[in-house]
Amino acid sequence: MAKRVGIEISVAIGEVVKLANADVIAAYPITPQTHIVEHLAQLVADGELDAEYIPVESEHSAMSACLGASAVGARTFTATAGQGLELMHEVLYVASSMRLPVVMTVVNRALSSPLSVWSDHSDAMAVRDTGWIQIFVENGQETIDNVLCAFRIGEDQKVLLPVMIHLDGFYLSHMIEPILLPEQAEVDKFIPPNQYPLPLDPVKPVSMGDFAPPIIYSEAKWAQEVNLRAAKEVILQCWDEFGSFFGRYYSPVECYHCEDADVLLLTMGSFSETASLAIDKMRKEGRNVGLLKLHLWRPFPFKEIRQAVKTAEVLIVLDRALSFGGPGGPVCSEIRSALYSEEKKPKVISFVGGLGGRDITVDGFEEIVNRGIEISQKGSEKEFEIFGVRE
Amino acid sequence: MTKPENEITWKDLEIGFIVTEPGNASQYRTGDWRSQRPIFDKSKCNKKCTLCYILCPDGCIERNAEGYFEADLFYCKGCGICATECRRKAITMVEEEE
Repeated sequence: MAKRVGIEISVAIGEVVKLANADVIAAYPITPQTHIVEHLAQLVADGELDAEYIPVESEHSAMSACLGASAVGARTFTATAGQGLELMHEVLYVASSMRLPVVMTVVNRALSSPLSVWSDHSDAMAVRDTGWIQIFVENGQETIDNVLCAFRIGEDQKVLLPVMIHLDGFYLSHMIEPILLPEQAEVDKFIPPNQYPLPLDPVKPVSMGDFAPPIIYSEAKWAQEVNLRAAKEVILQCWDEFGSFFGRYYSPVECYHCEDADVLLLTMGSFSETASLAIDKMRKEGRNVGLLKLHLWRPFPFKEIRQAVKTAEVLIVLDRALSFGGPGGPVCSEIRSALYSEEKKPKVISFVGGLGGRDITVDGFEEIVNRGIEISQKGSEKEFEIFGVRE
Repeated sequence: MTKPENEITWKDLEIGFIVTEPGNASQYRTGDWRSQRPIFDKSKCNKKCTLCYILCPDGCIERNAEGYFEADLFYCKGCGICATECRRKAITMVEEEE
């Protein structure tokens, strides 16, 4: 049986990567991600994890080393945050295009400048289109459960794609939570060995990352797109099986009191915990509000989102990133576009908040809901509002 | 690949565009890039200096059965280095349309 232990979430990630028996970890430390790779380095140095730990000189090199390792069929893990993720940017595309199932925890951090080590989703949104499977988690247990699932999903023969698990910097990474860590035997049963079908192998040579002239590039990209969309079925299946195995179930869009709600709030990441307290409070006061927690970001869960908001009048989307000069928060604009062709759809109101580690309290979420309802009735001249900004 | 490249669909590709067949870059018609092609004048060539053969950056100039040099137009990109370097002015570049 799994033991419940009080453990820092970053350290728990390291423990779970050890349980998953990763072969190669290539990483570069960056706040607030450092504790993850620090713990893994310790586990390897102490001989507790039989893996190759490659300390590199930058995140660009970290991801490049991960590609090489994954290409020979090694189970590969790395972690990064904020600026580090940006420095990896071009290599992220190569990982997904070459279909290499690297697993990476991204400890979400605001982007410079001004310099901020605190959390928001600017880094995550900048890598939205890199072709990785991307999952946002809400607490420590979700984090480690989904890191385990990430190996199984990414390495599935029908998927073969890299997976990012997004967790909020500090709010999650540095929090000590009671977490159920699975037993080795359970993990061994849940995650089959990695069997990459066309690894780099001198006995049977292949060539990866080749040149594609215009006559074939579109076909290569379409193959990738079809594959990422099809991965959703495997993700759902994996979460189902994880549930029957460990008793904890996950879904692309988690509904909290939203079945009969007229007003819905949508959040991602750790803010969903606080937002659910605000929903509890408002429910007690007899208000018909609910919360949607978006977990699966890529591939985007169109069907589930449409289903979840079908009967609502107002949908308030809280983004933790700005799309400068654009239509509002990046998550909100995707939701709007997913609902555009629906006959019956709620009014979608865009808020941006929690930038660079600015906290939003239970009262704050209540204010967002109230202001969202007001905008839905009276309209607004702005495309979106930044919650709590001093004007 | 067995199919001509304009008939290959996304389903024909290996995962991640991985190439499993060695040496298939030779099937890539780089000659498509050319806007000028080299014309070899046998009367001026001494068949001996081999400068065009050595200096062709694509390695697409070969000696034919008669001992004269000629460019393989499947690969020749029309860069004109052979024509510039030929000491006997035996190679001239002409527009593709001509």
